Amino acid sequence: MDKPIISAQNLDLFYGDFQALHGINLDFDANKISALIGPSGCGKSTFLRCLNRMNDMIDGVKITGTVQFHGQDIYSPQVNLVELRKSIGMVFQQPNPFPFSVYDNITYGLRIAGVRDKQQLDAIVERSLKQAAVWDEIKDNLYDNALAFSGGQQQRICIARVLAVSPSVILMDEPTSALDPISSAKIENTLLELKKDYTIIIVTHNLQQASRISDKTAFFMEGRIVEYDDTTKMFVNPDDKQTEDYVSGRFG
Amino acid sequence: MQQNQKLAKQLMKKSKTARYERFGHLLSLSALLLIMAIVLGIIIFIATKGLSTFFKDHISLKDFFGGVIWNPGTQTPSGQQAVGALPMIVGSFLVTILAAVVSTPFAIGTAVYMTEISPKRGAKILQPVTELLVGIPSVVYGFIGLSVVVPFVRHTFGGSGFGILSGTFVLFVMILPTIVSMTVDSLKAVPKYYRQASLALGATKWQTIWKVVLRAATPGILTAIVFGMARAFGEALAVQMVIGNAALMPHNLVSPASTLTSVLTAGMGNTVMGSLQNDALWSLALVLLVMSLFFNLLVHFIGRKGAFKK
Repeated sequence: MDKPIISAQNLDLFYGDFQALHGINLDFDANKISALIGPSGCGKSTFLRCLNRMNDMIDGVKITGTVQFHGQDIYSPQVNLVELRKSIGMVFQQPNPFPFSVYDNITYGLRIAGVRDKQQLDAIVERSLKQAAVWDEIKDNLYDNALAFSGGQQQRICIARVLAVSPSVILMDEPTSALDPISSAKIENTLLELKKDYTIIIVTHNLQQASRISDKTAFFMEGRIVEYDDTTKMFVNPDDKQTEDYVSGRFG
Repeated sequence: MQQNQKLAKQLMKKSKTARYERFGHLLSLSALLLIMAIVLGIIIFIATKGLSTFFKDHISLKDFFGGVIWNPGTQTPSGQQAVGALPMIVGSFLVTILAAVVSTPFAIGTAVYMTEISPKRGAKILQPVTELLVGIPSVVYGFIGLSVVVPFVRHTFGGSGFGILSGTFVLFVMILPTIVSMTVDSLKAVPKYYRQASLALGATKWQTIWKVVLRAATPGILTAIVFGMARAFGEALAVQMVIGNAALMPHNLVSPASTLTSVLTAGMGNTVMGSLQNDALWSLALVLLVMSLFFNLLVHFIGRKGAFKK
């Protein structure tokens, strides 16, 4: 068994006095898609945002426990937050391209890292847009404002923007919940392709989506992990009664 | 059957709320019409007065906009009427542009601090301070300019101290709050998720502010600067107190000069209605009015181009 690429141990998170996560232990394997499911407010998005320290920005958040990335505790004070976020990219629920051209969106992460070489930038723009399966649709309009494209295209542009900085892990917070089924299907196919090169952790409300694309699934309830196992087992023969009720649609 | 007829009758009658609605509608419409009538009236009045310099007194546009000697009622050495408004136009534009150039970096810096770096302290201290700056009457600004800025300029840069430079310093403080508060609004209007996306890509806070927030807010910031410039262009009293009021072409920043507004305030009590002197002043007012309309159009244009698409 390979060592997990990300490993959370005993992770507690407090918003002020409210404890949102209770002792989370989760290991994520490289080159797999792991899905986090559970009812609204169960803490799955909060947990996801712990993995690239996006919760740091919220006032009054306190985190205890550790999150290890390649064996390094990402909450240790020596960690370089810029490097961490380059290695662990994030795609948000709402497509959020910057109000610039597609080209400027994709190259943003590289430019702030100091890449100036036009040829290199061009190559990376093409590569990441192809990986995100949106190249064919927008290759003639790379200098148009990214906001001019459809929601599904915008979301894939956002995925390409993350891919451009070559992360090893991509966190996705309900990336298809704001999109129509056809766009969602395109993104799901994209993710299955990306799995070869990247580790993907995806929060989703869509149980079919979790069962279609993920290798492992974690079921969250009220800030705790109820069950974490191979996706096929989770959906066919879960150990826990609550998991079975949830995946079969009896609540949630 | 009877009941149905009653209901039908009721439906055809105007209800009380419908009458109220109509009344409110009329009330707001009449307020709007009144304001439009006033604005139109002002524009027509100034236009007829201002244009009579050209039509009644037969001053050529070239002499008015190109002449450099302003002494209406007398003649220039070359025999034309001395109604050259160029020195005032140049003076007005110079103080406006210089004040905007000096103010903008300070204003953006302040606004970034208030919204991005320390929103709490910004809201607690800087917000009231900028609001206070707006509330100070312009005569007080002028008085401070006269007793502090003018001597300072005289000692540091020479000359009498009265001139474009002093005007710039006074206007800088006066338009700063306008630009700051509008820049703050436009920075606040930049959606939070742009910042999150940038940080999640490994950008530092500074890179996020510089490359995403300010860039996304550029149309709003431009609007803020134009508003500041409109205020500077129209400011009369404070500028008049420090600029020296000599209707001469400014040859440097510390020589006495004048602006459209300063000549207007200085001259309006001293002319007879209908005389050339009076008409020439109205022409200056017309130039001012046209310029402020231009600033307004510019603001609309920038605002429409830069509105955030949802």
